[in-house]
Amino acid sequence: MERPIVIVGASLAGLRAAQAVRKGGHAGPLTILGAERHRPYTRPPLSKELLVGAQEAGDCALPCDDLDAVWRLGVPASALDLAQRELILDDGERIAYDRLLIATGSRARLWPGPQVELEGLHTLRDVDDALALRAALAGRPRLAVVGGGFIGCEVAAGARKLGLDVTVIDVAPQPMPALGHELGERCAELHRAHAVDLRLGTAVERFEGAGRLEAIRLADGSRVEADVAVIALGAVPNTDWLAGSGLGLEPGVVCHATLQARGADEVFCAGDVAAWPHPMADGELVRIEHWTTAAEQGTAAGRNMVAAPADRVPYAAVPYFWSDQYDVKIQAVGLMTRAERTEVLESDGSRFVAAGVRDGRVVAAVGFNAARRLAFYRRRLAGMPPLEELAAEVAADVKALVAA
Amino acid sequence: MTKVHVDMNLCQSHGECAYVAPEIFELGDDDVLQWKPEVDPSLREKAEEAADACPMQAIRVED
Repeated sequence: MERPIVIVGASLAGLRAAQAVRKGGHAGPLTILGAERHRPYTRPPLSKELLVGAQEAGDCALPCDDLDAVWRLGVPASALDLAQRELILDDGERIAYDRLLIATGSRARLWPGPQVELEGLHTLRDVDDALALRAALAGRPRLAVVGGGFIGCEVAAGARKLGLDVTVIDVAPQPMPALGHELGERCAELHRAHAVDLRLGTAVERFEGAGRLEAIRLADGSRVEADVAVIALGAVPNTDWLAGSGLGLEPGVVCHATLQARGADEVFCAGDVAAWPHPMADGELVRIEHWTTAAEQGTAAGRNMVAAPADRVPYAAVPYFWSDQYDVKIQAVGLMTRAERTEVLESDGSRFVAAGVRDGRVVAAVGFNAARRLAFYRRRLAGMPPLEELAAEVAADVKALVAA
Repeated sequence: MTKVHVDMNLCQSHGECAYVAPEIFELGDDDVLQWKPEVDPSLREKAEEAADACPMQAIRVED
């Protein structure tokens, strides 16, 4: 019997890979396994539209009815046998594959301290989490958000839209560490302007309550009264099940530029789990958790899975991410985490674009309500232009916002 | 001709479509999307790529 192409992970990256495999001419069997019981859906609305009731779970579904594949949902993989080319499931079942795509994504990082046995604590990763949190917010609780990254800031903004009292706690001095400290300070101003109580530069000491959460004690001695807390401490790639497989797993499944796992040419990766050498990072491994990267990598990996070895293409796109907070759309292109400083290159009141600079070269750009301008930067960033060169181009560009 | 629909109730001006398929999509002043509702079938592939790239799933492509 012909071994199938197997995709483990039924979210955005896995779906795009499956579509690319079919589009690339694979007529043989194709199997998609998903740990969740749901067909693929898009996650960005979970912390935005879904949370405030502007969208329902069904609105998040990704179209996939016309895909010719065998779906096995609610079936997490538990191990990988590279020598036999077999996936192993929880119940011991083995699924043989010809080529495998690993797209198992990531999960919410749990509270790292002693386990808290209190009602009212939430994390937010999948649609069931989002619906549970939405139900909890309907009771108009006092909300504390632990962690001021993407999810934490978006939940805070959504909860303020619902009119709740919101406190955001983070050990860092600014929210949104992915934007660097200067733009993080702008985010802090944004949240303060919307009456969020920011408790920055201090850690959570403990959660207090009898059965239900009542308050959070902070390391600075203060106490935040809260009925519901969202633990928003980032994500952890789902690579545990690959321990012992022989694949490199730090900082994610270690891949070549073609998204093939190192040491296993018939295994490919896409999305949050993939770590691959990016030309904008001087060839260092990067692992990126953005929606667009998952979509693009799924397509790229799927194409490479069915391409002749000599025709496999490196994945080297300039990353893109966004975050919606209040009336601000924050968008970033490039590798902002590698930037050492930021410099505003164009600005028009509350709209602006800042360059992320490393060693005098622009490695990222962040816009606040400047969507029209971002494509220019995204095209230019692959070559990491010197700051002066890019600034001169912007100054001469009639389409730019007013030069800062 | 190939038809390109955009649900402007969903569009949030990410600009992914304009990046992937500038022949069809463009963000205008004030970041509002403008696009060609009918394109030559030779651009169908591009239009579909743009639809896949849209974070809001706001784009539909039809013959």
